[in-house]
Amino acid sequence: MTQSSMSFVRDKMLTQQKPPVSEVGAVRWVRENLFSSPLNGFLTLISLYVVYWIIASSLPWFLNGVWTANSLGECRQIIEANAGPGAEGACWAILRERWHQFLFGFYPMDAYWRPVLAFGLMLMALAPALYYGLRRVNMLMLGTVSVLTLLGMLGVGTDGFHLLLSVVVFAALFAVAALMPKKLLWLTLVYPLVGFYLLWGGSVWGPVGVAIGFGLLVVVWNKLQSRLGAVVAGGIAVAVALIWWLQVQPMVTTPLAHMMPIRLMSVDSDQFGGFLLSFVIGVTAVSASLPMGLLLALGRRSDMVFIKSVSVVFIEFIRGVPLITMLFTASLLLNYFLPPRSNFDLILRVIILVTFFAAAYIAEVIRGGLAALPKGQSEAADALGLDYWQAQRFIILPQALKISIPGIVSSFIGLFKDTTLVALVGLADPLQGITKMVRADINWKGVYWEPLLFVGVIFFIFCFGMSRYSMYLERKLKTDHR
Amino acid sequence: MTSATEAPKASFRLGMLIYDTRYRSITIQVIALVLLAVVLWWLRDNLVTNLADKGKDINFSFLWTRAGYDIDQQLISYTNDDTHSRALFIGLLNTLAVAFFGCILATIIGVFAGVLRLSKNWIVARLMTVYVEVFRNVPLLLWIILAYTVFTEIMPQVNDFKVTQAMIDSGTPAAASMLFDNTVAISNRGTSVPYPLLTHPLGGFEFLGIPFNFSFIAVVGLFVASIFASRGVTRRAKAVQEATGIRPVTWWKNLALIVLPTTLLFYALGLHWDVPHFNIDENGVWKGFNFVGGISIAHNFTALVIALSLYTGAYIAEAVRAGIMAVSRGQSEAAAALGLRQGRIMSLVVLPQALRVIVPPLISQYLNLTKNTTLGIAVGYLDLKGTLGGITMNQTGRELECMLLMMMIYLILSLLISAMMNVYNATTKLKER
Repeated sequence: MTQSSMSFVRDKMLTQQKPPVSEVGAVRWVRENLFSSPLNGFLTLISLYVVYWIIASSLPWFLNGVWTANSLGECRQIIEANAGPGAEGACWAILRERWHQFLFGFYPMDAYWRPVLAFGLMLMALAPALYYGLRRVNMLMLGTVSVLTLLGMLGVGTDGFHLLLSVVVFAALFAVAALMPKKLLWLTLVYPLVGFYLLWGGSVWGPVGVAIGFGLLVVVWNKLQSRLGAVVAGGIAVAVALIWWLQVQPMVTTPLAHMMPIRLMSVDSDQFGGFLLSFVIGVTAVSASLPMGLLLALGRRSDMVFIKSVSVVFIEFIRGVPLITMLFTASLLLNYFLPPRSNFDLILRVIILVTFFAAAYIAEVIRGGLAALPKGQSEAADALGLDYWQAQRFIILPQALKISIPGIVSSFIGLFKDTTLVALVGLADPLQGITKMVRADINWKGVYWEPLLFVGVIFFIFCFGMSRYSMYLERKLKTDHR
Repeated sequence: MTSATEAPKASFRLGMLIYDTRYRSITIQVIALVLLAVVLWWLRDNLVTNLADKGKDINFSFLWTRAGYDIDQQLISYTNDDTHSRALFIGLLNTLAVAFFGCILATIIGVFAGVLRLSKNWIVARLMTVYVEVFRNVPLLLWIILAYTVFTEIMPQVNDFKVTQAMIDSGTPAAASMLFDNTVAISNRGTSVPYPLLTHPLGGFEFLGIPFNFSFIAVVGLFVASIFASRGVTRRAKAVQEATGIRPVTWWKNLALIVLPTTLLFYALGLHWDVPHFNIDENGVWKGFNFVGGISIAHNFTALVIALSLYTGAYIAEAVRAGIMAVSRGQSEAAAALGLRQGRIMSLVVLPQALRVIVPPLISQYLNLTKNTTLGIAVGYLDLKGTLGGITMNQTGRELECMLLMMMIYLILSLLISAMMNVYNATTKLKER
């Protein structure tokens, strides 16, 4: 029986074929991501049309933009001369002429360096709080911010003396960051007074007196707390500090101010405006509302019925009413509840009420963080014999606050955006107050889009940056369970 | 030898109020109570002194005096001879109208944007990301002003709609044209839309100044009843399916049940539309200065609703996205393994679980939207803030009363919304043992 020689044995391999065109490169990507099904194809076409429409309708306007002109009419003439009759274009000249009012409001022009310096120092003061004790990051942050701040100060025109002084201060801070980064936290602690002095000006001795009061408070508390317990010692320390601020301080600082008149030109609150105002209100309110929100959150979770109900009523009341009613309360009602003839300025009143508002929201964020901790943590603290405040300070809050950081950042973003509402009680916020004022100028009557766009872009940059940062923090802090 | 020591006699000493944890909380609460009472007393004292200084008192009787100002959008009748309380009520209705339409529109936008942001389609997902990020990171007030400016500055003037003799002669069309088969006109003064009219209305009555319209009640009632009937049909179909395994075809029954009765009622009532138009003379020339007929919706209302719903929609989109992402992949894979179709997987497996995550943030977004309606004063919309907290307050000079009343109303509104939504939340939340 012969073997049928039907078998076919391949003795030569075929050369490798290229994959079909539709399965590689751009074609495949387009097929998979844009036209994977009829519905998807339809959506893609619609989206492409939307993108085209947006670009087609706004690009000429941007391209025809004019940067140098003295009025809107002149802008339009230049645009028509360049791009033909009937062409539309942006009149950026208004930003070129008025950018400083959008940023600083009516702040005296030769003192623009002060808000710039205060802003730079704020970023520097934030760094040690965010990256406590990390040498490299602190140095990097300080270095970058110093350079940017100095550039900004040069840009707004600073006299040589103050520029030199700032360079010296920055160099000293940088040295501290390099040698003993933990000490940098002092900058964070004194920043509120430095910022106040830079922005409002006046004699340097006022803020120094306030600082001495705080120093007394801390010293007294430290001396007494081991013997009398945290709460009683705290009460006595506050009383001592109050006596200093109300009775002793004026007797000390007034003569000092006469003997050594170190002072900056004082600036009234009603000269604040634009983004300066937004930042002052937003940053002050959020930093002041953090401790208050913390106490409210602890109060709401407390076993003490009275404390708990007060916290709940406060939080729910404030979360139930719109921010505008709080602002109008600040501008119209707060004076009714203060001693007769006490005269607060409007910005301070607004800051107080916005602080209450932010505190209620931050309290809820922190309460979320507290609720996320397993009960075992506080039970373990009890088992170790820690008292309530020790347990909160060493065990509970460090973990709870870590969880609530993203929530706090997003509260801040919300609050920062809401600072635009202060225009409704007559303050010069960047969006409405300043824009209306600029438009009241006969040269710029009828300018609508450019200021809106400018303010919107600045808000977007800040808010988007902060939200990205909080997302980054969230990822970085998520070290446990996954 | 040991002897059991007696436990020390627990006699009460004053120091125990501070050092003994059993009594300390009482001490702290009493101190807090006293402090709070002192602060409240101080505030009250200041208030009384300040009011006496200004020669004022606390008195709500101004609510029943003549208001004397006009409100351009009114859902129920109002003239400037009505009382301040009536103006307050009109303002409240305006607030609720914006909140109602805003919530509906924001939910639609938010759900679409949230789902599309998860789409595998690259460009659609990117577009939705841009939408969400841009709207969330720019103040709401800017969007409201922008929307209002777009309407009042870009939209054509009423005059541009008119066809003149010269246009007819030269054959050129008018500068602006009406939308939707000449029924809707958006000019810089407002949006003119058709207004429904009935030839055989059912009448109505007025109770406490609030009009009740029988035709409207009948239409809404019938519509709700037919929705319930169609749900009954679906339920029965489900029962049949569970008993026999065969699902009866229901879609045409449901469609007929929902559409037919209301349509028939409309026919019986003689529904027709009062379309906005110009009077036209025999040559075809448009006469007059403004549209006649129809109803004009003020731009501040439209701008407010659009801006609020786009802004809140971005937040809702994030909530929806988080909710869908919270349902683990295994759920939809398991459903696919059981042989469910793609649509069924979404509606029977993924969405019911996602809703549980979506509803709580949705509630707080609805609350935010309702509170944000107060920003309408930036574009001159007379809501509760504009009437009670605006013109009424300025006219009567009663800041304290107006602000208190307004805060209370907003508080009640917020509590009502959150209560309603919590009931819904309780029905969708995970049923545990």
